[in-house]
Amino acid sequence: MAIDMELEMVLRPHQYDMPPYPPKVITLANGKKMVVRQAAREDVPVILKSVHPCLFIERDYYDLVAARLYGELLAWYRYRVKSEYCIIGQVDGYLVGIVNGRMETEKVGMSYHTLAIDRGLRIGAHLFAAKMEYHMEYLGQEEVLIVAESPIGFRRWMIEYPLEKTNIPHELGGGDSYRLTREIYFKAKPRLVVGDRPVPPELLEEAMREIKFADEQTIRERIAGLKGR
Amino acid sequence: MRDVAVIGVGMIPFGRRDEDSLMDMLAMASLKALDDAGLGDKEKAVDAVYVGNMGAGILQHQTALASSLVDRLSLLPAAAETVENGPASGGSAVKNGILAVASGYYDYVLVVGGEKMREVTGWRATDFVATMTHPLAEYIYGVTLPGLAGMFTRLYMEKYGVTPEMLVEVAIKNQSMGALNPYAHVEMAISREGIYESWHSIVNNPPVADPLRLYDACPVSDGAAAIVLCPLELAKKHQKTPILIAGFGQATDTQTLQERDDPTDLKAVTLAAQKAFEMAKMKPSDIHVAELHDAFTILEIAESEHVGFFKKGEGGKAVLQGKTRLGGQIPINVSGGLKARGHPVGATGVAQIVEIVFQLRHELPKERQVRNAQNGLTVNFGGFGNNVLVFILRRVEQ
Repeated sequence: MAIDMELEMVLRPHQYDMPPYPPKVITLANGKKMVVRQAAREDVPVILKSVHPCLFIERDYYDLVAARLYGELLAWYRYRVKSEYCIIGQVDGYLVGIVNGRMETEKVGMSYHTLAIDRGLRIGAHLFAAKMEYHMEYLGQEEVLIVAESPIGFRRWMIEYPLEKTNIPHELGGGDSYRLTREIYFKAKPRLVVGDRPVPPELLEEAMREIKFADEQTIRERIAGLKGR
Repeated sequence: MRDVAVIGVGMIPFGRRDEDSLMDMLAMASLKALDDAGLGDKEKAVDAVYVGNMGAGILQHQTALASSLVDRLSLLPAAAETVENGPASGGSAVKNGILAVASGYYDYVLVVGGEKMREVTGWRATDFVATMTHPLAEYIYGVTLPGLAGMFTRLYMEKYGVTPEMLVEVAIKNQSMGALNPYAHVEMAISREGIYESWHSIVNNPPVADPLRLYDACPVSDGAAAIVLCPLELAKKHQKTPILIAGFGQATDTQTLQERDDPTDLKAVTLAAQKAFEMAKMKPSDIHVAELHDAFTILEIAESEHVGFFKKGEGGKAVLQGKTRLGGQIPINVSGGLKARGHPVGATGVAQIVEIVFQLRHELPKERQVRNAQNGLTVNFGGFGNNVLVFILRRVEQ
């Protein structure tokens, strides 16, 4: 399809220069090593294949989070959102979790979503922490705006950090907006942000080589199996 | 008094069961137990039904569970009653069933325990469990069961030298066994590095109630388990190897920990175990497999000492030496225990007996079966050790 580049450049939002998020490795409770790294725009189609089965899981608002995340990643892939990024977690090359967000201004970040595909290992908590680490320590922002869509999210972010309520509306709408300030982040960091750098080359190479993803049935079972682990 | 045997057991996988109501779960476990006993298609299969449950009145706004269940199962006009005794509700229901059969009043009794706790948030579940504490001396000050367990652990560490490594080993052992148990809520093995040695463990395994951390505590679960009891002389007519209730004991202690002369002394566990051993004419060394109430890792260690498997101060060392693993001196919580199988409070006391029956019938796969187990023991621990039931079961060769 021919693209009218003149119009296209009007439709594409401004992008800030965003320094890369350096990869790190986290040892999970089961002893597995999770590589946490920034995904590239060209990784989006593969990531969406893992998000897709979550669209049909009502439990813990996975369907809602997945639908929004799908749209956000697609918008990033097709240049329709400003300064978005995506950080992923991989175990043995397999995608186990996704977080995304964007820069609203140079000072203010907008946290989007956290989707843990493998559950019971605090993957969501680790990846959310990585997202906050990116905003505060690499993008150098002053604050990040955050809302929760699920009770788990509310417990993990608003209470565990704990975040501060704000009157500034979050673009996702929904309930009360909260914010992570630099002060809150650095106070919470010793108990919530972990990971080792540099990532051993063999682990990083495996993660970079290919984003593997489980089949749809496996993903659904991991998230909402009979016992809902 | 007649000898009483277990002739049927049934359990549904514990976990988060959004799709099932409490009554669904109780009915499913009951039907499995009745089928296992060979009574599934029999009219008037049982004379009485006892239901162990702690919190349906609070969590589901539903009371009189037994009346509902007996109708749901088409067991009318069997007698039916609900037994509430905190986290020992399941054990208490079993005890009532045993007494009813032993007395000669009833021949066939169904005992089922169940709880649906995941309908509410973890905070509300913790608050619900805390309703068993003293309302004026404990609850109003914010005491929770994890809080009590944390204080108990600290005292136990100071008095008996229990170390964090010992607690970690209990968690690893039980989760590794839970990973092999299809009924377990948590089917995930954990590693020492991931929950303890790595600095990343501060996120993986955060403090819950110092010195206890996340993996020291059992999960909040939904689930149900059931058994069918009858006199031993009738049990021999049924399809499965009868498992005799060789002994049982129950004892109580002060409601609050602070009133005890020594808060680390779980007197009710000791007394209940003594009664059970006396009735069974056995001693701790006669037991081949045990299910202890490890709502917190420290409790497995403390109970293993209080029932007499190890001397005080030796239980933690025994864990490190592998004595409580499958194949060890006394395998404890081969099911994964409350720690991994889960702890739907009203179900636990019954589920422990179901597991021991599986073990004594030698029905489990090799990786979970205690070889040639003949005698098993359970401890169902209510309150913070203020109401405890101990059961000893024995395999009866046909």
